[in-house]
Amino acid sequence: MKPLLEVRDVTMRFGGLLAVSDLSFEVTPGHAHGIIGPNGAGKTTAFNIITGIYAPTAGDVLFRGESLAGQRPSNIARRGIARTFQNIRLFRDLTVLDNVRIASDAHARYALPGAMVQLPAARRAEQETITRCLDLLEKFGLGDAAYERAGDLSYGSQRRLEIARAMALQPALLLLDEPAAGMNSAETLKLVEFLGWLRDHFSVTMLLIEHHMQLVMTFCDRITVLDFGKTIAEGTAAEVRSNPKVIEAYLGPEDGHE
Amino acid sequence: MDYFAQQAINAIQLGSIYALIALGYSMVYGVLVMINFAHGDVFMVSSFFCFLLLLLLPVPFVAALIIVMLATAVLGVALERLAYRPLRNAPRVSAIITALGCGLIIQNTTLSLSPYSQRMPELFVPVTWNFGGVTVSSLQLLIIGVSVGLMIGLDFFIRRTRYGMAMRAIAQDRITVPLMGIPVNTMIALTFAIGAALGGAAGVLYASAYPVISATMGVLIGWKAFVAAVIGGIGSVRGAVLGAYVLGSVEVFTVTVLPSTYRDLVVYALLLVILIFKPYGLLGRPAVQKV
Repeated sequence: MKPLLEVRDVTMRFGGLLAVSDLSFEVTPGHAHGIIGPNGAGKTTAFNIITGIYAPTAGDVLFRGESLAGQRPSNIARRGIARTFQNIRLFRDLTVLDNVRIASDAHARYALPGAMVQLPAARRAEQETITRCLDLLEKFGLGDAAYERAGDLSYGSQRRLEIARAMALQPALLLLDEPAAGMNSAETLKLVEFLGWLRDHFSVTMLLIEHHMQLVMTFCDRITVLDFGKTIAEGTAAEVRSNPKVIEAYLGPEDGHE
Repeated sequence: MDYFAQQAINAIQLGSIYALIALGYSMVYGVLVMINFAHGDVFMVSSFFCFLLLLLLPVPFVAALIIVMLATAVLGVALERLAYRPLRNAPRVSAIITALGCGLIIQNTTLSLSPYSQRMPELFVPVTWNFGGVTVSSLQLLIIGVSVGLMIGLDFFIRRTRYGMAMRAIAQDRITVPLMGIPVNTMIALTFAIGAALGGAAGVLYASAYPVISATMGVLIGWKAFVAAVIGGIGSVRGAVLGAYVLGSVEVFTVTVLPSTYRDLVVYALLLVILIFKPYGLLGRPAVQKV
């Protein structure tokens, strides 16, 4: 199958710091693809490159076979790549509903002239969007909180809202940056269930960064392991687990029995 | 009592004009955390746009208002595009110095074209009514009505439309907004367009009420409107309006009890006192530290 996302020889330098070096991997449609690696391995930088926040120093990112080079983040989002953040970045002062509304209907016109006129047709479309967003929130168990301020939600709900907001873009590829951050084992177990539901229900391809090994090993179809900005291994959970380089770099020699 | 009512109407009229200008400062600050110090001069030049328009073509009030607002919006967008956008990621002080410079360019260009004050042709022939000793002119009602109408429209726009929602989101997190598929540059340009258009409306209304315009008038009025925005809590749209009416009232009522030379002293003293007790202004909120 043709890959949905191809990262080709991407290098990212910040001054003297080499954050990502010759990174290459492919994400197959329908897969949940994990990226693991120690802190500072360049995982989040890779996400920032894919979503267009950074322009890579070298290399290219292809989505559905087309290069994303030079594309603005808003265009990349419209093409179907959505993401969440390691430290939740909701619009805290907007309502839960507005957080989802803002991402939905990304194809709505934002051109200047149309902005000034509120035509009846536009108003009807807006109403439809709101209905759709409320539906989406309902699916994520946030229906009752729709008119609350996003910043007032509990931590777990904020995480779910961030994913709901990303899904409002109707993406083909969802990037999750440490979705289990700050969760205990029981919560993480629930998250795995939730991610499975998300993948089946929306048939979305996922690329996720995670430190929580249990989550990655049980949930991901394929895993890329980074260290110091380079790919050191790639494969299924079983393959990666038994790779000596991975054991040394990531799990550490004393955890080698894992 | 009649005297008080009379002054109250004057205060609302002055406050309305300040409010329209203060909104421009506050909206731009809200979105970019930048003070557009050229805004006072944008206001000034809009009254010259109105003057030129009336020289060329004696259009009725409403047409003049719309044309001047559009022309000023174009100027606002041009400023953003040419002067501020290239500095979006530069240190904040560069943007502020640039804004001051742009203000000086606008002011001195106008001054070189019109070294003397100009007498505005009459846009509107006011009728005055007398309500038991209180004189109200139709011009005052028009100024207050147009301003309040524009402010209500803006409040609706910001709170209810997706564009307003996007602007509020940009104010909170400019990095995340494009990842929602929203073109941030377009939204920032829109913010400048609206802010400048409101300044343009203020220019037309001001020139109708005080029909002598000069190239330097934007300085003091711009500063006052900026002070109003700060008093209300810069970044807050409702705060800018509140601050402007507070400021207009303080100015008008100061002059009723003290010599008019005390007016600016009282205004700036008020700013200091409010900032001591409410450092973020009346309706402002502490900025959330972004990570």
